[in-house]
Amino acid sequence: MESTILKIRNLNAGYQNKWILKDINLNIEKNKVTAIMGPSGCGKSTLIRCINRMHEITPGAIFKGEIYLDDKNIFEMPPSDVRKRIGMVFQRPNPFPTMSIYENVIAGYILNGIKIKKAKMDQIVEESLKKAFLWEEVKDTLFRKGTFLSGGQQQRLCIARSLAMNPEILLLDEPTSALDPKAQAMIEELIVRLKENVTLVLVTHNRSQAARASDYTAFLYLGELIEFGKTEKIFTTPKNKKTEEYLTGKFG
Amino acid sequence: MRKDRFFKMVLWVSGILFTLIILSILIYLFKGSYLSIKTFGLKFLVNKIWDPVNEQFGLLPFVVGTLLTSIISLLLALPFSLSLAILLGVFYKKGFLNKFLSYATELLAGIPSVIYGFWGLFFLVPIMRKIEIKLGILPYGVGILTASLILSIMIIPYISLISKEVINMVPQDLIEAGYSLGATNWEVIKKVIIPYSRSGIFAGVLLGFGRAFGETMAVTMVIGNSNFLPKNIFSPSNTMASVIANEFTEAVKDIHLSSLIQIGLWLFLLSIFINFIGEIVINKMKVKGEK
Amino acid sequence: MKMNKRLFKDFLFKKIVILFSIITLIPLFLILFIIVKNGVSAINIDFFTKLPKPPGEKGGGILNAIVGSIFLVIIASILAIPFGVTVGIFLSEVKNKFTETLKVLVDVLQGVPSIVIGIVAYIWIVKPLKSFSALSGGVALGLMMLPIIIKSTQEALYLIPFSLREASFALGTNYTKTILKVILPAGLSGIASGILLGIMRIIGETAPLLFTAFGNSFLNLNPAKPVDALPLVIFNYAMSPYPEWHKIAWGAAFILILLIFILNIIVRKVIKRWKVQF
Repeated sequence: MESTILKIRNLNAGYQNKWILKDINLNIEKNKVTAIMGPSGCGKSTLIRCINRMHEITPGAIFKGEIYLDDKNIFEMPPSDVRKRIGMVFQRPNPFPTMSIYENVIAGYILNGIKIKKAKMDQIVEESLKKAFLWEEVKDTLFRKGTFLSGGQQQRLCIARSLAMNPEILLLDEPTSALDPKAQAMIEELIVRLKENVTLVLVTHNRSQAARASDYTAFLYLGELIEFGKTEKIFTTPKNKKTEEYLTGKFG
Repeated sequence: MRKDRFFKMVLWVSGILFTLIILSILIYLFKGSYLSIKTFGLKFLVNKIWDPVNEQFGLLPFVVGTLLTSIISLLLALPFSLSLAILLGVFYKKGFLNKFLSYATELLAGIPSVIYGFWGLFFLVPIMRKIEIKLGILPYGVGILTASLILSIMIIPYISLISKEVINMVPQDLIEAGYSLGATNWEVIKKVIIPYSRSGIFAGVLLGFGRAFGETMAVTMVIGNSNFLPKNIFSPSNTMASVIANEFTEAVKDIHLSSLIQIGLWLFLLSIFINFIGEIVINKMKVKGEK
Repeated sequence: MKMNKRLFKDFLFKKIVILFSIITLIPLFLILFIIVKNGVSAINIDFFTKLPKPPGEKGGGILNAIVGSIFLVIIASILAIPFGVTVGIFLSEVKNKFTETLKVLVDVLQGVPSIVIGIVAYIWIVKPLKSFSALSGGVALGLMMLPIIIKSTQEALYLIPFSLREASFALGTNYTKTILKVILPAGLSGIASGILLGIMRIIGETAPLLFTAFGNSFLNLNPAKPVDALPLVIFNYAMSPYPEWHKIAWGAAFILILLIFILNIIVRKVIKRWKVQF
């Protein structure tokens, strides 16, 4: 059974007086991985940052249009509620440098002032770290600073931090571009496994990563959505000439 | 959301409060000087007599004292400050000597001025007295030159630390280009480093001047506290800051206190002026450098 | 021949630079040497635990000044730290014409001669209360500390990467908590060293205390009454005609230098260890 969890309608976004995204319409399917691809500067990061309203924290950001999460427009909800339901992992791992690994995982609760019992906290930390494939590596050093971990471990810690909030959607903004190939492979595997519990939207400029990890692919070019569909279809029989050129490495 | 609005309001209120504090410093200094301004007008600035007993108040002796001590101390401090900056910024950029000298300079900057004054009183003044006897002039020991010497020691760290930082900002490839053309250290410093870091060094000198003219304790303790126009650089004198320190608690007459506050007002305005000049000159020089 | 002349000039230049630099340090060692020489012999237990004796009588200490200095630093800190950190956050968070002007005003306050700050505290507090007081001294010292704290807070927060703020927002954290619980702790080492630098500066300040805290040969913890302070003791005793008092001034100078030295070490060693790795 396929069901749409997020509907993007006529979305325009940009900075200062320059629009980057033009009239984006896109459906995100529940418990699937949707990859957003395109050459750099095409607006993929801007698009994903609109989905959890992170776009508007940048000074000078402009936007119009609607995004429906379960048929409610997120632009009419408080941004913090949107962000609790739609988590995000960034290009560069950004664990909180003043917090231990344990505190990093539970940070969403601490920072939002959500009071929970210690035992429950322990449980959330363990589960989240297990989901992020990090538990075995850090279970003995939970109270060390998160910044002592390797880049790949830090990124998985950030994923665990997002998962701890039980988001409905997890946005990944080029999560492996700052990592070595081994750490990259691990995160990809993790992404595929995670979709049992959460819907994933993955921004990537890595074509093979999109092919390996995603169910749906959206191709963005110069701020417009050129083509969207099942990943195997996009990769085998692209309808648009631009998509084909991009996938065969003619540009980008 | 309401919490955020409250927090942002707190931030704004703090900024506005700070502005009001600075404004009220200006207003209260002006209010405090009003009696003196009304009584003497602009004559206050050019009158060379300061006589609390006969209620005659003129700023001139202290302007001369302040300018002489500040300028002499800057002239004394400059070669030493630049040497130190070049040593730390060019010859010994790393290693023990750099660490040791940097630390010592910072320590020198951290010594309170009252201790400089104390040391000056018990160490420098007797030496100056001996020198003055040899020169055959009245051996006060205290005076403009003694105060300038202390001041120069106090401002060397400021000028040299800033100059060192500016010298460190000279792009390495420019320096290497100089050396690769066969230039000696001296030539690289004269032709590449100094021209490039001029504006920053000037900022350091300006900061040093700002400290020198406003410095109170060290000067008060060794300048001799004379309210007459100095005859030469060995004469006892008073600066604008030191006369305030000396007479403020003893001023029983309103006009005396008001005149002292007026000196404070001028010091305040002068410090703003120097701040302003500094910003303008640095901006101008930066633009020139970029062309 | 010409080559030799150039190289000789270079050689001479380097020697002169080294010579001048060494001469610069002579006063430092002279000052430290004389303070240690005269100061150590003045110090004993009484020095820390007794009040001063009248001139002519032997013994006595400067307990009043040690307590007074601590009292003044506490008053100044209470006034300046929360306020200064808030203004620092404001300057790093909000960028517009007003904050640009505010930055200039912070520089202005930093450049104001300390004696003028003393006058201001006198007009603000001493005159209306009709008495010299610890409070007025604390206000004067607080004003001197303020620009240092504002600047160090602003600089510390400026260095914190934007990604940290994003991480916090992405978890649904509101703006207030993001600043107070994520950004501020990450800049703590810079802010703390700014506070210590501020204390280092005011603990030796004399001029702004001359007609505010004024001095007091008795122990006082009432903010409305005058207090003594280490630098005031140094000044008043150094300028007195009594050799025994000079000795006490040396002892006070030694303690003051020692305090500043210790603060300096704390800034260098301890605070650096807190420094957050991004």
